[in-house]
Amino acid sequence: MLGLNKKDTTLLLVVMALALFAPFILNPFPEGSSLAQMFNAGYPDLMQRFVIYGILVIGFNILFGLTGYLSFGHAAFLGIGSYSAVWVFKLIGMNVIPAILLSMVMAGIFALLIGYISLRRSGIYFSILTLAFAQMSYNLAYSVLGNPASNYNLTNGETGLQLLLDDPRILGVSSVDGSLPVTSFFGLAMRDSYQLEIGSWLFTFNVGYYLCAIIMLISFYISIRIFRSPFGMMLRAVKSNQQRMNYTGLNTKPYLLAAFVISGIYAGLAGGLLSSMDPLAGAERMHWTASGEIVIMAILGGVGTLIGPILGAGFNEYFKNILSKINDDVLHAWLAFLPDGLENFFVGIMHYFVGKGWHLTLGLLFMLVIIFLPGGLVEGGQRLMKWFSRKDKNATETKTTPAE
Amino acid sequence: MSKTDVTRRGVLKTGAIAGAGVALPTIFTASSAAAYTNEPTGASVTLGFNVPQTGPYADEGADELRAYQLAVEHLNGGGDGGMMNTFSSKALKGNGILGKKVEFVTGDTQTKSDAARASAKSMIEKDGAVMITGGSSSGVAIAVQGLCQEAGVIFMAGLTHSNDTTGKDKKANGFRHFFNGYMSGAALAPVLKNLYGTDRNAYHLTADYTWGWTQEESIAAATEALGWNTVNKVRTPLAATDFSSYIAPVLNSGADVLVLNHYGGNMVNSLTNAVQFGLRDKVVNGKNFEIVVPLYSRLMAKGAGANVKGIHGSTNWHWSLQDDASKAFVKSFGTKYGFPPSQAAHTVYCQTLLYADAAERAGTFNPCGIAEALEGYEFEGLGNGPTLYRAEDHQCFKDVLVVRGKENPTSEFDLLEVVEVTPAAQVTYAPDHPMFAGGQLGSCNPGA
Repeated sequence: MLGLNKKDTTLLLVVMALALFAPFILNPFPEGSSLAQMFNAGYPDLMQRFVIYGILVIGFNILFGLTGYLSFGHAAFLGIGSYSAVWVFKLIGMNVIPAILLSMVMAGIFALLIGYISLRRSGIYFSILTLAFAQMSYNLAYSVLGNPASNYNLTNGETGLQLLLDDPRILGVSSVDGSLPVTSFFGLAMRDSYQLEIGSWLFTFNVGYYLCAIIMLISFYISIRIFRSPFGMMLRAVKSNQQRMNYTGLNTKPYLLAAFVISGIYAGLAGGLLSSMDPLAGAERMHWTASGEIVIMAILGGVGTLIGPILGAGFNEYFKNILSKINDDVLHAWLAFLPDGLENFFVGIMHYFVGKGWHLTLGLLFMLVIIFLPGGLVEGGQRLMKWFSRKDKNATETKTTPAE
Repeated sequence: MSKTDVTRRGVLKTGAIAGAGVALPTIFTASSAAAYTNEPTGASVTLGFNVPQTGPYADEGADELRAYQLAVEHLNGGGDGGMMNTFSSKALKGNGILGKKVEFVTGDTQTKSDAARASAKSMIEKDGAVMITGGSSSGVAIAVQGLCQEAGVIFMAGLTHSNDTTGKDKKANGFRHFFNGYMSGAALAPVLKNLYGTDRNAYHLTADYTWGWTQEESIAAATEALGWNTVNKVRTPLAATDFSSYIAPVLNSGADVLVLNHYGGNMVNSLTNAVQFGLRDKVVNGKNFEIVVPLYSRLMAKGAGANVKGIHGSTNWHWSLQDDASKAFVKSFGTKYGFPPSQAAHTVYCQTLLYADAAERAGTFNPCGIAEALEGYEFEGLGNGPTLYRAEDHQCFKDVLVVRGKENPTSEFDLLEVVEVTPAAQVTYAPDHPMFAGGQLGSCNPGA
């Protein structure tokens, strides 16, 4: 289907099903139960983040997974995309399409510039160069271009670029009844949701989420095509031995630059979508820790695999949002069945791993994955598959090979 | 991946079943046309406490969270009632808010606008919070305030001192109890005049973000009105931990006063560096060199240790105040946690009570009803004397404390002494004051 082989078609259909039925899958617990309070993730904001960061990491994987070039500054493109989109909302109008397009174009231009310079080096030097560029962008956004008192206030500094009631919005309206207009797709407001109650379950279908999910599916499809194309083959060849490529008379740089720009455009798209869902762009989005998080998501999921980025992004965002919201009261409510002393003991221990300690838990999970599943969550899935199918002696046939 | 046969018939069949499955339950859908976002329908109401639990302001965040928990306990009728007993409004009965038990959810802002908004969004969308409060940085407060305005819930700002929160970034759904940079300047200026005279050269070191900028502007304007000269304004990155390279040029600048527009960990480090460089023992232009820290807190004083002795600044509230309300609050906070509350804890406790009280008086949780109840509301008995929630910009006007680092502290908490209580009238400004102009309050948004 669509020029994909059977295996890839299946993969695409699985991802499609996951994306379309996410509101059901992510809300397994009935509304109002204490488990739902914490573990349900089927609310619009988090679902949007799942797919948007999915797009970001899919793009990152085209560069890192295929060529092995580790960009430590991808957050810069995410930030550039976000700022571009918010500027469109401020100046032109609240339709998300021009915003998303501009954010892709801007990120592409920056990726071309940064890539052209950074790709003169490879390995760790390339990583350091991209990191330096990203930090430069961050500092520009954070203070140089963000001082409200100066004439060059492009980013509004630490507060973040936000919409104001007196923005021009030449193709839209400046304000609606004294409030800001909402971002929309030709009249469909991004934040509109349809809520479905089945028994005590509550499922939320959000317009913004489905827009993001459709764009994610398109991005995923394009990424499969790139992986399977001669171009993708060239990138893989660069990863396995760039020197030999050069000796055979091939100039690898245009390929690398193309991969870098494509991956930058993916990041810009993700940034544009983030702003379309919530029209505020902050400089922290470009901080080096944000870049690091992208690398972590890619590695968690499985570098060089097709579905890995989506799993990694989902895993990271889920635990980040869920763990940081658990507090001692919630723990007490869960462990209320234990005798008092024991309850306090366990709450005392778990206290360090939730709420403000969410970094710690996420770090531990990351270590476990890296140590026991070096291929990321995808490897975990494969091992399970193998384990189940060992009985019918078909282990060799069912194994999917991650793209090296 | 196992081998899967996808046939046309199979796809059609599954599609039809899935379609029917999605369509069927719509008949069960309750036509819940809520009047406003997250209208509480059960026996409880959920508030969202969004504070920094990690990052440079984590200490303040932790203290805020303690105060929130105390406030919830008091609202639900537990504990000794704290400032509910001294509060001039008697609408709260200790049975929750409007008869609904108060529950809360917490989140980590990480002192980052993005993370704070994500956390607030999850409180609104997932937990059904009808009010968001917290924040320990002006950037975050402004970002979350904008979000609450769009989502149609009330935002009760916590520790945010920038003029912009109720100035150019003010929002109809946002309310601030804490004071601001302008008020600090107006309160400090007369004290500085008495202490250091009218002929001084000031050098500003400023945290490079919205709060630092507005405070620098406010203090510079207030001191220049006294006749002081501003020698230089230097911006320092928020993430900086070593300020030596910023202190050294001060010595050669001819300045005789150093103004540190820093807060939290920044201030602790910059003040320590300044003292290590011997600035306080210097005599410049025939006068003793002085250091001023416009926004002070006990937590900072504790961090900077002996270096704060004799240094002046302003604060919103201090636990050593002797009015009934402050004493009641310190007592119930101290009983529960074993140490006195910080100004951050005080302001968020007040904000929670004020919200609950407004809901009681309005008889609804509708943000528009609450906004109406809070606008122009005058109250006392919350530790700051008579206070007005001004309708034009949703800023509280109350007395401002000028404090000094104590020379002989008697305990690890007794670090500041109140030098002067500047009356509210002296720190009041017009809503269209140039430092606050440029924004629009807009109209209240109930969402839905």
